[in-house]
This record gives sequence, C-alpha cells and structure tokens, in this order.
Amino acid sequence: MTLHPDHEELSIKRTVVGKGSAHDSARRHVRGEAIYTDDMPDLPGTLHIAPILSPIAHGDLLSIDLTAVKESTGVADVLVASDIPGKNEAAPILSNEPVFAETKLEHIGQIIGAVVATSLAEAFQAAQKVKLDIRELEPILDVETAFAKGQRALADQHLTDGDASKAIASARHKLTGRLEMGGQDHFYLEGMVAYALPGEENDMQVWSSTQHPSEVQLHVALVLGIKNHDVDVQVRRMGGAFGGKESQATIIAAIAALAAQRTGRPCRFRLRRDDDMAATGKRHGYVMNYEMGLEKNGRFTGLKVEALANAGHVADLSGPVVTRTLTHLDNCYHIPNADFLGFAAKTNTVSNTAFRGFGGPQGILLTEALIDIAARELDLDPNEVRAVNYYGPQTGEVTPYAQPVKGNRIQDVVDRVLEKSDWKKRRAEIEAFNASNKVLKKGLAMMPVKFGISFNLTALNQAGSLVHVYQDGSVHLNHGGTEMGQGLYTKVAQVVADTFGIGLEEVKITATTTGKVPNTSATAASSGSDLNGAAAFNAAIQIRKRMAKFAAGHLNVDEDELTFSNGQVTANGKSIPFGELAKKCWFGRISLSATGYYATPEIHWDSATLKGNPFYYFTYGAAVAEVVIDTLTGENRCLRADIVQDCGKPLNPTIDLGQVEGAFVQGMGWLTCEELWWDKSGRLRTVGPSTYKIPGSRDVPPHFDVEILEDKPNHVETIFRSKAVGEPPLMLAISVWLALRDAVSSLSNGKLAANLDAPATPERVLFAVEDMKQRAVDIK
Amino acid sequence: MTHPIRFSLNGEPLSAECRADMTVLEWLRDEALLRGTKEGCAEGDCGACTILLKRHDEEKYGPVNSCILLMGQVEGAQLTTVEGLAASGPDGHEVQRRMAENGSSQCGFCTPGIVSSLAGLLEINGDPTESDIHDALAGNLCRCTGYRPIVEAAFEAAKANIGGLPTGGGGEANTEVGIVESTCHAPTDLSELVSLKGQFPDATLLAGGTDLSLPVAHARERWSHTILTRNVSELRKINQNSEQLEVGGAVTWQELLPYLHQHWPSFATMVRRFGSTQIRTMGTIAGNLANASPIGDGAPALLALGASLTLAGTGGERDLPLDEFFIDYRKSALATGEVIKSIIIPMPKEHEQFRVYKISKRYDQDISTVCGAFNLTIAGDIVTDARIAYGGMAATPMRSKDAEAALVGKSINDETIASAKLAVRSTFKPMDDMRSSAQYRSTVAANLVDRVALDIAGETVEVMAL
Repeated sequence: MTLHPDHEELSIKRTVVGKGSAHDSARRHVRGEAIYTDDMPDLPGTLHIAPILSPIAHGDLLSIDLTAVKESTGVADVLVASDIPGKNEAAPILSNEPVFAETKLEHIGQIIGAVVATSLAEAFQAAQKVKLDIRELEPILDVETAFAKGQRALADQHLTDGDASKAIASARHKLTGRLEMGGQDHFYLEGMVAYALPGEENDMQVWSSTQHPSEVQLHVALVLGIKNHDVDVQVRRMGGAFGGKESQATIIAAIAALAAQRTGRPCRFRLRRDDDMAATGKRHGYVMNYEMGLEKNGRFTGLKVEALANAGHVADLSGPVVTRTLTHLDNCYHIPNADFLGFAAKTNTVSNTAFRGFGGPQGILLTEALIDIAARELDLDPNEVRAVNYYGPQTGEVTPYAQPVKGNRIQDVVDRVLEKSDWKKRRAEIEAFNASNKVLKKGLAMMPVKFGISFNLTALNQAGSLVHVYQDGSVHLNHGGTEMGQGLYTKVAQVVADTFGIGLEEVKITATTTGKVPNTSATAASSGSDLNGAAAFNAAIQIRKRMAKFAAGHLNVDEDELTFSNGQVTANGKSIPFGELAKKCWFGRISLSATGYYATPEIHWDSATLKGNPFYYFTYGAAVAEVVIDTLTGENRCLRADIVQDCGKPLNPTIDLGQVEGAFVQGMGWLTCEELWWDKSGRLRTVGPSTYKIPGSRDVPPHFDVEILEDKPNHVETIFRSKAVGEPPLMLAISVWLALRDAVSSLSNGKLAANLDAPATPERVLFAVEDMKQRAVDIK
Repeated sequence: MTHPIRFSLNGEPLSAECRADMTVLEWLRDEALLRGTKEGCAEGDCGACTILLKRHDEEKYGPVNSCILLMGQVEGAQLTTVEGLAASGPDGHEVQRRMAENGSSQCGFCTPGIVSSLAGLLEINGDPTESDIHDALAGNLCRCTGYRPIVEAAFEAAKANIGGLPTGGGGEANTEVGIVESTCHAPTDLSELVSLKGQFPDATLLAGGTDLSLPVAHARERWSHTILTRNVSELRKINQNSEQLEVGGAVTWQELLPYLHQHWPSFATMVRRFGSTQIRTMGTIAGNLANASPIGDGAPALLALGASLTLAGTGGERDLPLDEFFIDYRKSALATGEVIKSIIIPMPKEHEQFRVYKISKRYDQDISTVCGAFNLTIAGDIVTDARIAYGGMAATPMRSKDAEAALVGKSINDETIASAKLAVRSTFKPMDDMRSSAQYRSTVAANLVDRVALDIAGETVEVMAL
C-alpha cells in the first residue's frame, strides 16, 4: 500500500510537521531519566551473563572443559552450542552462522559459550576458568590473501554496463591503481545488551537494544525451538546503533533468552566494551583495484573496479553491503562503460556488518579518489573533472545498474556549496599560505554525494503501524521503527499530530514491540521516517476519516468541509474539540484504532543481474572542507567545513541538522583518527576508547556550517515530501580526506596525486608527505 | 571489622557498608539504583560515567570517572550525579535545560556524563572560552551529535546565572573504611603510610587509580587492602621558591596545572591533553611516574626538565634523579615499601627554552604515540645545555644523550639539526603497535628536532595553532 490519497493535501498543510521540535526524550536524556535496556530494574532472581570468547583466530575446537567454570562461585548455568534446543543459527540472510562456535573457531573474540551467574563479577570470574582444547590453524587476516586463495563468504557480484575493457583500452588516458580503506567500529556509547524474562510455558519477553526487533524475535524463537508467537521483543530506545545493532543484536538477545529458558529466571546480558568490540562486527574495510579510461577533459570512458570487501568470518549482511558499494561507485558521475566486481572475502576476523552508509561510503570514496588522481594526471582542476562527468542530459542519465537518475539536484548542491564556502577566494588564500609556511600545508576540496534511498532488497521496503485514539483524545502511537537517537519517534509523532490536527504532546510514543506491529524491517538504510512515517499516516488517516464521518453527522455539516486543526474539528463555524469527538465516537461505537501499512512503490531489483530500479529516489549533498597538515608529523586537522544537504521538505529541520552534523563528524572519524589495528595473531588491539579514537569535541571543524537545501519537496511522494537523512551526510566527510590529499599534493604544486589510503592517520599522512617529496624531486 | 563508608550523595549524607574496592559506578547503579550514570567503557575514556566529586578537604566539585573510582576513595566526600543536578531546580541545572532545548542529545547515552562535566566546568569557570569547553569535554565522547549543539549549550548555560551544586554531608575522612573482605586505608601522615605498606605488603598503593584501578573496573579483580596516598598531609603540598618547585606525591595534575602554566607554558599545553579533566582530577604526578609506563606523558617532560624525586620508605628518605628512576618496562627504582614523597623540578633558568610535543592519533585524551621533550639553553646562538627525552620510543621514558651531545656547544643550523636527528634515530629502537609503526615513531621522533628549532625561531609549527 502506498500513501493514502489524502496525503498530498495534508502534506501541504503542515503545522507540527516541519517544526524543529526537540527530540521527544531530550528532557529525559539530560536528567538521566531516559531508561535504556540496562537501566531497567532487576526483577528478583535476575542472573547476569559473561561470554566465553575464542582466544585464537582460526582453529578446531576439540573440546571444552567447563568443570572449573561450573564450580565457580555464583554460577547458575553455562551455555555452549550443544545446549541449544533449537537451531544454532544467527544468519540474517544466509545460513551456517552460529550463535555459539561449535567445532570451528574463526576469529578471536568469537562467542563459544556463556556463563550465567548471580552477579556480573562472578560471571566474569568464572568465564576465565574455561579450558579449551584447540588445534590451531593458519588464519587468513587480509582481503588480498583471501582473494588470491578464493576464500569468499558468499558469491561474487558483478555489475557491468557496456564494455569497460574495450573503452579503457582505447581511451586517451588509462590509469590503474589500488586504494585501501579501513573499516570502522560503531562505538555506540551503549554496548550490546538484552534482558530476557521467561513467562509461562514457552513465553519469552526480551528487551533488546536492537534496530531489528522482528529479527531478534525470529532468532530467539529459532534458537529456543519455540514459535515466533511465543516471543515478544521490545525496545524503547538504544544508546546509539549506527547499523551495529541491525543484525548482530540477535546473538546477544538469543543468548540471554536461552539462559532465561534454561534457568527459568530473568537473565541480563550486556557486553563489556572490549568484548563488544572483539565479538561484534564493524564497517567493512576494502581494498579496491581500479582501471579507468579518460578523455583529455577528464570525462570517464570506462571504469573497472575490483571491490574486495572484508566480510570477516561469516557473510552476515556482506551481500547487500557489497551491492551498495557497487551501486554507489558511480556517485554523481555518469560512467559510460562499467565493470564492477564485488568480492566478499572470508577472513579470520569478526564478521563485518551494517554501518551507516552500508557499503556506499567505500564506493564513493574510491570514485572521489579517482577524480583527484585523474585531475592531477591530466593537469585539470578536480572540480572541472567532476563537472564534465555529472549525470545530466549532456552525459547520460542512467546508472550502470539501469536506474534513471530522476530529480537530479547535483548541480543545485554543488553550486550552493561553492558559493557559500567562498571557494575561489579561499583556493587562492590557501596557495598563498602554503607558499609561506615551511611545515604546515593546507588543502581544500569539494565533493558531492548522491545516495540511493530504499533497501536494495525490495521486500524490506515495507512498514506497519498501530494507532489508537483514546476517549480523552490522547493518542497512542506504535510502529515498527526503532529509536536509536536519530529522532525517528519524534518525526513520526509529528506526522500523526498533524494528521489529527492536535499538539505533539497529545501523541504518546511507545516502545517498539513485535506484539503490536509484526514482521517489521530493520530501522536502517535511512528509511525509518519514510517507511514508518507513511505507515503511521496510513493508520491515523483511517481513524480520522471515521471520526470525520461521525463528526459530520454530529455537527450536521458536509464531511469534506471538516478540518482538523488546533485540537478542534471544525466546519462552517461549528466545531468540537478533538477529545470530545473521540469520546462521542466511542459512545457511537466507532472504532478508534487502526493499523497502517506502507510498501514503497516503483522499486524492483534483480539480484542476479544487478539491474533494476532499487531506489525510490536519490538524496544529494555537497561539502567543501579545508584542512591543515603538519609535514613533520602528519598531524592534521579540519579547519572548516561547509555543507549543503538535500532533505526534501524536512519533517523536522532541527533533527535533520543534527543528523547531518553527527554523520559528518562520524565520517570524519572513519577517514582520519579511527583505525582498527590487528596484531599478527589476528587480535584486534583497538578494543576500547583508550586505543580506538573517535572524534572528540575539539576535532569538529571550528568553522562548521551546515545548510539544508532550501524548500525542495521530494519529487516523489514520500511522507510530507521529506527525504531520508540518516546516512547520506556521512559521505560528505570524504571532502576532508580529499582535502588532506590536496594538502599533500601541494608539495608538488598540486601536480601529483597523493598516495594516501584511509584512514588518514598522522602516520599515513606523514608517509604520503615523504613519498610526495621524493616524487616531486623526480618531476623537477 | 566493618567501617561504613560515609559520604554525601546529591546533598544527602549516607553510609555504605560495602567492599572498598567496589566502583562508585557499580554502587550508584546497583546499590543506590541511580541509573542515570552510565557505563560506556569501564576504562575512564568515554566519560558516560562522569559524576562530580568534592573531597573532604576541597572547596569545589570536580568531574571524575565513576567507573574507575573506588568506594574507598569517596570516604568523607560529596558526590553529585545527574539526578542531583536534575533536582537542583525546577528545570534542573542550567546545563540540562540548555542542552534539552538545543538539540544537544540524540541517543542520550553520553548525555548524563556530559551534563556532569559541563556543570563541573561552570562551577570553577563562569565565563569559559571555547577552548575551556573543549578541555571540559575532552573526556566525554559523543557518537551522535558532532558536539556543536553541546558546545553551544555550554556557552548558553554559562551566560545564565546558575545556582550552586548540592552541598551538605561529607566531612572528615576516616582512615580505614570498608568491610573485612576489602578495606581501604587512608593514612594522614607519611610515617603511617610507610608503616601500613609494611603491614600489608600485598596491598595496592593507590594515588588517583586512573590506571591501577582498571583491572578492578574491567576484569573484576579484587583487592583485599588498598592504601591511599591522597590524604597524607606531607604529600599534598606544593612548595615553590626561586630554585625549584617541589610537588608532593599526592598532588593531582589538575592542581599542578596553574604552576606549569606559569613556568613552563608548553608543559601546561601538553598536560591539558593529558587524559581528560576527569583523569587529571584524580591522577597524580607521582602515580604517573611510579607506574613506570613507557607512554606516561609526565616522564619525558620531567626528564628534560632535570627533575628529581624524594623517595620515602621504612629506611628513611632518599633523593634520586628521575634519570635513574626508570629501570625497565613498568619497573622503577622504588624499593619495596617505598613511596614517592615529592617531585622536585628545577625552576627555568635564563636562556632556557622548554618545549614538549605530544603526537597522537587524536589531539585530546589520547595516549602518546611519541612524546618528545626538549630543554635547550641557548646563549647567543650557541646551545650551552640540552636535555632531550622521549616517551613511547623504548621500554621506559628515556633521554637521547647522543642527540643532546649533537647540539651542545653548537649553533642550531641545518647541519646540527641533521646530526641530532640521526642521533635520535640511533638512540631508539621503538616497536610497532596499534598506535603506529616503529618507522613512524623513529621518523617523528627525529622530525621533532626540526620542529623545536622552528618553534624556537618563532615559526608556527602545530596544526592546533591555526
């Protein structure tokens, strides 16, 4: 079901929608009154869980000796694979991705078992007493070794359009190379956590910090050998998620539920930070090999890419992540001949998973690097190379995966950001600065982003809601979307408030639960407000129409003349307060409850050919970043960032602004200070904030100016003509990385492209500087 | 024997009968059932657990990480949590009101800690600069907002006339608290401290506990006896005269900062990046040295400054140059039962140029990849004396005497810089780890010689200066 036909009229008359209402929980957040899963009061008899983790990256698990663990103080139970009554399965898409390792150990930190004890301290102390008999095997720790050996976590994906080999062979300029980009830990401040409460017979209630309650429900049922209807999963809020709690929260919840099932007692499982970082997945690191053909003016003739993703020990969501990489390699540029191979390497590192952008950032990062490389090779301004390749009538308007680029706003965002950042003047100032400074060098870069909105897998693009109006006119709102800080609950409540013409405070936002709205999709792919806002609208409008019909009779007016606004239902000078009408409707035996459903229209995707129309629409943004580097140490800093982001007609501009700023800073972290580092044994050594450095407040550019593109309703009919915003601005941080490359290139007067991978840590920047100094001597 | 731990929480006097090695965070969440304060990392690096602490002899509250603060350490103190701030007015603390209005929270999990840090800042500084706000937030990570609305809210709250924090309760600190299984001793004079060390040889000697308490917070290690240096009167003193600055063994980095700012501004700039405000509120100079970590940032600066130590033990007191203190990886010259009584830093002399540079992946609250400290005496254009020390380059913090020799008696020019750089490279054989490769460490350590020369010549040499 698409949006109800009455939507268009309402989306024009906005009262609550479009206002920058504060996050619904803001007051509770600042007062410490917002309750997260681990803050829920302990029910009597609650047990606590600590995991038993694999100490090696690869090996056969011959036996587990739990004697000492079981004898340890306070231990109530110890769980291993053989204790699972149902299926030992955590795979979100494929299969054979165990909750507990059985005979194969495939990464350090893989969960082998769990200790259940009366206190967390006792559980941890007992877990250390496990004796594992292991036969160690040689691990594969990097994607290129896995690629050479053909070790894949799932089938390759190959997206082709035209004949790239031929186009590159006959191109005037041909460039080849390799770019490596690191992964990224989500570093949600609230670690993975679940609290399972056993009920009568098979009933199991699970409070889970998850983006995907329905998947938690499914896996808890699968692991426990019970039916989905026995399991009720709830989540009021998460302390951050960013994709990290899309698929892998199921493992934590399933273990808590298994412990609750076996002990008959409430069981709480919260991963300690270092265990969380060792045992759960991250953004995929990639190695990209490329070949590109170019015309003299920088126009692409063809592009071949081998995108080698580190899937980790199992597939998890790597399939669709790689798909999104391949479908975002074009970014804003028309590529006449494309040959994109996606390879998901199976390695002995933790399985990587969804992370804000979901493969898109890696694709766009490569393409933006290619623009930089091409421009310097051809002695052109990178922005000129961009301009000759933008999608448009002159170049082409169909993506390599056959989707037409409609509602193109590339030029709008680029023109605006160049203007507001005062590009030309600052370009000249930076050159002057670089000429007069011995060790500090500045760089400047602009880049645009086009990001496809919708899950690539068409089936996921559906949502449900449940709305009740009570007799006092207050409204109970529930939908399948989850709140992780992004403000989804607030936005959806705004939609419902406007639909009923009531204040936002009349709409009660309630915890997401599988018992109220079933079979939901993950809150992911930036789609939360598009899907759930529409589903909630579709529920509320049904109730409104019933109430309108009743009100028309009651007030003796024409139903079509009734308006719902300011808490009043009015026509021809006659009105009735919304609450009073609700009471009368009840008395008149009118149903004041409805479910709503929404399925995104117009989308389709053939996963075999990688062709179709996977995205309902695109969202656009552009950024200009200025950085400075220290050529003695590689230390670097973003001094200024100007951003223009297309949000359609925002449901809530304050929340959208927060999403843009937060995503940009998170993306900056991915590309600068956040580095995942494994030692030779395959142990991740950056497993806490003391070693894994996410941006702090001083890392935010001192001049940070975000503008939401002025009054641009979505060209397709999304809820109130808004656009998704969660992920796209993360990729705008690529401008910072490009500016760092520009600063390094300044050592060759901009003539040579930097050999700089990501993240651009001080070390990588310093070595790129040293390399550049060498090469600059050679060209002189 | 049980000696209840007495302190005040949000203005209410309390007495807790619990293990002295229980973390305050655990106590707040599980015993007091105040769950506004969160655990984000249990290693004092994310700040979600930040609360405000005012010890029995202190005038002002300071922010601390409750995840690595032990119950034994709060005897006689006043604590304020986010719940106490919320109760401090109809709309809570001004910081809370402004943050709620300004979109300063998204997921909200870091928020209580940030509220506490900012409330702590406004307690001591009613008119903070942007840099002061960043200093206050350096120990608080937010993964959602990008910080802009938080910094703005801090400015807004500072402009308003804010009320005080909860007071009352607390009082004198007893010298022994806890329960039989875990007791904390807090002697008030040095002889008592030394004798307790003899009495409980296995006891943990704890200064701030910002590093030593990690196994307790993290792996639930248990300590039957803990001996605090904090209340020993001899260790709490800072004495300065024209010759030297004598810093007592229980003086915190935050307490020392004004002195550093006055005499060695470069040291002060580095110390503002040393841990976070939370860490510096607890962490001591002596603890940083006694820990004998190769990456403690106090050591290279103090080595370059020619600091020495007064050590006290059962056999009396002795003086030891800091040069002779570090024996090996996490091994110092402290004899069994010995403590650092004071650190003596000679005052700057004429023509002395002191610079210390900390290189890390993140500017604030990171552990040094390399820390290089230079104390050069330059008369005319001749270097007459040089002390150059590094952290992160070897198993201990260490001087490069070869690099010093390459400069002494010479003027600073391309040639002498090159030979000093070579000397630095040959002095150290650093290692690869998660912070950087050995090659990077060697290159940067050498390049810092270039930096110091440019810096002394008046060039802008750091990205943060822009």
